[in-house]
Amino acid sequence: MYDVSYHRARTVPDALETRSQGDDPTYVAGGQTLIPTMKARLAAPSELIDVSKIEDLIGVCEEGSQVIVGASTTHAAVNSSELLSRRIPSLSALAGQIGDPMVRHRGTMGGSVANNDPSADYPAAVMALGATVRTDRREISADEFFVDLFETALEEDELITAIAYPVPKRATYAKFPNPASRYAMVGVMVAELEDGLVRVAVTGAGSSGVFRWTDAETALSETMDASALKELSVDADDMLEDLHGSADYRAHLVAVMTRRALQSLLAG
Amino acid sequence: MTQISMTVNGKAVSANVEDRTLLVTFIREHLGLTGTHVGCETSQCGACTVHVDGAAMKSCSMLALMAEGASITTIEGLAPGDDQLHPVQEAFREHHGLQCGFCTPGMIMAATDMIRRYEGKLDEDTIREQLEGNLCRCTGYHNIVKAIAAASETMAASGASDPTSA
Repeated sequence: MYDVSYHRARTVPDALETRSQGDDPTYVAGGQTLIPTMKARLAAPSELIDVSKIEDLIGVCEEGSQVIVGASTTHAAVNSSELLSRRIPSLSALAGQIGDPMVRHRGTMGGSVANNDPSADYPAAVMALGATVRTDRREISADEFFVDLFETALEEDELITAIAYPVPKRATYAKFPNPASRYAMVGVMVAELEDGLVRVAVTGAGSSGVFRWTDAETALSETMDASALKELSVDADDMLEDLHGSADYRAHLVAVMTRRALQSLLAG
Repeated sequence: MTQISMTVNGKAVSANVEDRTLLVTFIREHLGLTGTHVGCETSQCGACTVHVDGAAMKSCSMLALMAEGASITTIEGLAPGDDQLHPVQEAFREHHGLQCGFCTPGMIMAATDMIRRYEGKLDEDTIREQLEGNLCRCTGYHNIVKAIAAASETMAASGASDPTSA
């Protein structure tokens, strides 16, 4: 790892202020992606600003018909949140499928969403549930937030403070994990929102990262049944291709995992 | 260099470290506690697992400074005394849960953590799923799983619900 100086931020203004004084600073929370990346010398920030201990960014609470998850809440805390398991069980269950127990004890929701890894799990939930990303300066809708592989609508020094999830009628996440890394080869969340709309978000597969499968959404909004998906497929040209799987394979998996998510949704 | 202080195996320690020092480097090279192993260096193998404020974490994937003020338990701090093994260590010996032993410290730290979280209610499938972050190249895992299941039962029976409190 190249030399770096480490700062632990106590508050959001403290984090922003420290960042404004840095040469080539970056925020870090759990560091479960960033620290290994720095060890491999694929990232070399000059300052790390640790936001994982900022109390305002930690915890899960209810705000009207939404559940708000602080950006520095760990995957383990999301997974074991009593409030989430009651209000959005699909989200707490999803968190329990990220990485492994040790990674879940450190990794955070804000870190994962800000990184926008195309194979990460959370983007599927943020997108399918129509969540809003709250930052130190504004609110960004899920549809606008995810831009491309590892690219988001966040400005250079913008810090995610929380993610607000509208409580859906029901939702489920079906994941086909890469057997070695446990990242999603394909992960699909199907959500029926409070207003009756159905959203289908796919992670792990798209060549531009997480995406909504709008054909499936339209079909399921008409008929909430597996028969609605029968003739549908995604275009392999829009899929990722790497040593773990071809674009055709991923396109096939998208349909399979969407069906599985729907089946468990309908099974209640 | 930055001054760092934490509690390791119940003892207060402090030192001056470079900011980029990994927690595992601090534990092994500054404190001389070489029971915590460095395996893959890419945060996949879990040989470096320690407990930070009671939760299992990979000490190769965090900076020592991220543990400033924390309470750390390493494999050396698990047994209640020099002539006594921790129930999980005892179970690994009894059930032959190791061959070369390289992954064992991480396996045992992950095992004590999962027994704590599941309060001793662990079935085979859960143990295997919870061991996702720990690689063993010798045993094929069968005896490790047996050892954890046995330790979990022993500890639940003796009421040792929090194995890391020592």
